[in-house]
Amino acid sequence: MGYVSGLRCRECGREYPVEPIYVCEFCFGPLEVVYDYKKIKRVLTRRNIEKREKNLWRYAELLPVDGEPQAGLKSGFTPLIRADNLARELGVKELYIKDDTVAHPTLSFKDRVVAVALTKAREFGFDTVACASTGNLAHSVSAHGAKAGFKRFVFIPASLEPSKIVASLVYEPNLVAVDGNYDEVNRLCSEIANRYRWAFVNINIRPFYAEGSKTLGFEIIEQLGWRAPDNVVVPCASGSLLTKVWKAFKEFKEIGILKEIRTKVFAAQATGCSPISTAIKMGTDVIRPVRPDTIAKSLAIGNPADGYYAVQAVKEAGGDGEDVSDEEIIDGIKLLAKTEGIFAETAGGVTLACTKKLIEAGKIQRDESTVICVTGNGLKTQEALAGHTAEVYRIKPNIDAFEEVMRRGGKKWQ
Amino acid sequence: MAVKVRIPTPLQRLTQGKEEVEGAPGTIMELITDLDKRFPGIGERISEGGKVRRFVNIYVNEEDIRFLKAEDTVVKDGDEVSIVPAIAGGR
Repeated sequence: MGYVSGLRCRECGREYPVEPIYVCEFCFGPLEVVYDYKKIKRVLTRRNIEKREKNLWRYAELLPVDGEPQAGLKSGFTPLIRADNLARELGVKELYIKDDTVAHPTLSFKDRVVAVALTKAREFGFDTVACASTGNLAHSVSAHGAKAGFKRFVFIPASLEPSKIVASLVYEPNLVAVDGNYDEVNRLCSEIANRYRWAFVNINIRPFYAEGSKTLGFEIIEQLGWRAPDNVVVPCASGSLLTKVWKAFKEFKEIGILKEIRTKVFAAQATGCSPISTAIKMGTDVIRPVRPDTIAKSLAIGNPADGYYAVQAVKEAGGDGEDVSDEEIIDGIKLLAKTEGIFAETAGGVTLACTKKLIEAGKIQRDESTVICVTGNGLKTQEALAGHTAEVYRIKPNIDAFEEVMRRGGKKWQ
Repeated sequence: MAVKVRIPTPLQRLTQGKEEVEGAPGTIMELITDLDKRFPGIGERISEGGKVRRFVNIYVNEEDIRFLKAEDTVVKDGDEVSIVPAIAGGR
């Protein structure tokens, strides 16, 4: 059983068997899962999908696992919300939020990739899962790994905010705080991955892990009533999510679920770390690495592994790239919260603010349908809003004090 | 004194197990061409069509050449060049 025929290097095309490997031995390019689409086409139809449970495993044939899911049994199938209040604010006709702020169980899209990674880790026979992370991934590996009964090693930069550390520690992984930045943690982890036989989800399991992101794309299509939107805006860190959302759309066309795709794909980044959107704007496919300086820390990868492929996907889909300042990110978070009642993390602020800019620039047409991918929950990055929220009215516990507040509020409350 | 070139583990088979070899001064591409003469096969592993492969990073004195002049970066005697396969990440 299974619909995977092997792994293939994205750069030079050399083929490899299905093993916990991630780079081409010859040219160091990334390995990607190869599927037997002819076989999948026969079993994966709209009708069959609709009969299944509402989680990401309803697209199992297009995921690189052989047997039953082993982790994240309730992950995925987050709401696609018609955002009419926000649409009015931005002056567009048809706008949707793909809301992964409520992903199960750790409130970010990382629950999708980790569900797939841990299932694959079990199939490979690993008893320990690990990752290098600054937040969302650490939370997800810690939680999913606890439920699925794995030993867990999570490596973080020592300078991480206390709230993020607690949100991992509560699941009792082995949490290792490394005296260095994320890139140094990542480099160390690749050495550890060579020495210990562990499933590092974003290193030796990466070809499988990354496929989990496609489920975000599959769900958008299904939840729109089996059609692709005119535009989709995706936040970029490593560039993997954007690449996989685009791949998901193309796979649905490949297996006949969609007749055509006219979607333009847009890459959203913070100006303080925008190697991908910069390359797109400059019309080059050379990614110049940067030293990140932005409040959108979950997007702060200065040397994005899939940057080149994200640029290619945007080019192929006829989209564009955009980036926004820290101030615009905060305004984006607040706008989404006050119009749609959704509290996104800083990455969500990036995506929203970029969408606004793309609309104003006429790159997203006002009469088209647009999906904004909001990939993580704002409760995780509350410190970013310090000093930028609405004021609190502090009063004595008596009615006169309250009436005084009402008077000060004046007409706007009447 | 020549240019010192550090070879990553996966390519040491081509350098008879040597972690560090000497290279000739010049641009990065000239350096690679020269290395390939002495260690046949190493050139195509790290470059293709006059460009460094996308998933190979080259550092001159600890600085990524993409911050310098990319393939046209000039190295001189005494410089240290590191060849490092890019590793995939994602938070």
